[in-house]
Amino acid sequence: MSVHKHGDLSSGCSGSCCLRVSGLGVDMGDGVLLRDVSFHLHCGEIVALIGPNGAGKSTLFKTILGQLSHTGEIAFERFGGGRERPLIGYVPQSPAFDRGDPVSVLDFFAAAISDYPVFLPIPRKLRERVKTCLERVHAGELIDKRMGALSGGELQRVLMAMALEPLPHILILDEPLSGVDIDGERQLLDMLDEIRTAYDLSILLSTHDFSTLRQYADKVILLRKTVLKVGKPEEVLSSREFQEVFHLDLGKGGV
Amino acid sequence: MELWYALVDLLPFSWAEPGQMYFMKNALLAVLVISPLFGLLSTMVVQSRMSFFSDALGHSAFTGMAIGSIAGLFAEPLWCAVLFAIAFSLLFSFVRRRTSLASDTVIGVFSSTAVALGIFIATLDGGSFTRFNSLLIGDILSVEPGKIGLLAVILLLTVLLWVLSFNGLMLSAVHPALADSRGVRVFWQEALFSAVIAVVVTIAMTWVGLMVINSLLVLPAAAGRNLARNMRQYHLLSVLGALVAGIAGLMTSYYIDASAGATITLYLAAWFAVTFLLRKGRQ
Repeated sequence: MSVHKHGDLSSGCSGSCCLRVSGLGVDMGDGVLLRDVSFHLHCGEIVALIGPNGAGKSTLFKTILGQLSHTGEIAFERFGGGRERPLIGYVPQSPAFDRGDPVSVLDFFAAAISDYPVFLPIPRKLRERVKTCLERVHAGELIDKRMGALSGGELQRVLMAMALEPLPHILILDEPLSGVDIDGERQLLDMLDEIRTAYDLSILLSTHDFSTLRQYADKVILLRKTVLKVGKPEEVLSSREFQEVFHLDLGKGGV
Repeated sequence: MELWYALVDLLPFSWAEPGQMYFMKNALLAVLVISPLFGLLSTMVVQSRMSFFSDALGHSAFTGMAIGSIAGLFAEPLWCAVLFAIAFSLLFSFVRRRTSLASDTVIGVFSSTAVALGIFIATLDGGSFTRFNSLLIGDILSVEPGKIGLLAVILLLTVLLWVLSFNGLMLSAVHPALADSRGVRVFWQEALFSAVIAVVVTIAMTWVGLMVINSLLVLPAAAGRNLARNMRQYHLLSVLGALVAGIAGLMTSYYIDASAGATITLYLAAWFAVTFLLRKGRQ
């Protein structure tokens, strides 16, 4: 796995796009969900967000996606100084499909990327387009399967293909590894690396799997309502904060 | 209507003879409009897990009728009921968004409030409830040509809504946050869809009957789901099932003299049973 890490984390934006979160706070009325969260996301970087359940990982994602109101600043910067809202590809935590849901991968995909109403016969051209998108994640053969019949890994790949169309500036994945078996996990991580290299986009993901962090993450953010520790995977995993949050090194399971 | 009567006259039934039984011919046309309408709406009611909600809407429609007939705001209580049902559905969408309570709890709150309000108003000043009995059972034979036209317009508008925003509706039903990240305005999609169901349920209630109207919103798609593997098959099975059950139910009810709404529902239930068994065979 080729890992190209960005050396200097403090110099601001060096890539062609950058997400800069500073002093972010979210308060939904029934308690503070996030406070004073600050970090940078550089172009071509894979940043892993870790933290216990209820630490605010999903809240942070929703805030970046513009679905929650917040205090503080979320700034996007692009090469050349453009500050318009970037496209964000979002891969949600595995949505629950009933096994019997009559929604095929083609239906779901076409509904997301086009305006063509998918209850009508789908034109060949649209089908080809969906197929092309799916092939980016080596999932072309899944096109006629039902969403409910996919395995955890397959579902993640389909959702990832969807998030990559149209090609976003930032890709956000909410626990992409949950419900995925070992093989699927390796496949997904390889794919993330492939995507990052091929499209030079920033990837922000949350995970509970610490054993693979060193291999693919450029940077790890330890979150519990606020940022407790940011740094290279080995720095964060061996930090006092990490041990405190996960009660010694129970959480390192598998290393 | 003349064209329709001329067409029906070609059918080999005793009631289809020229120049008579216009109520039956009207009812047949009404069924041909209502059943695809319900078949279509049914797909998303079931997909969005709103079957309990549509049931509550039926109750609110009744309350609207009660208010309408007391207040006499309009020439027909129907319009008051439509307004009430729209307000009810929008208020529900709003409250559901603002609270952390589970959806079925919020529906329970609204449903029981609507029923209580309806009965309260209907029986106010010692009023008798019996005059509302016809709404409970419904009578498709009482449908007038003007109302069939109204239903046809609603069917057209619903098809239009489907063409314009089905994708957004489906994405919202599956995963609201994902839909939002793709630019779907989830709240408005859901609010609009509930309002459409509210209007359709209210208007159709007079002919289909409050007690069975929700089954028309649930059974066609439920049967479709047993067999469908994608959205095309799902819609086809749902709409066709509703249409066939609608026609068969009306005919049967004519010959054995039973409530058309109930007979149609029983046909749909049988259709569900058939698809269920076929599904078992498939797996």
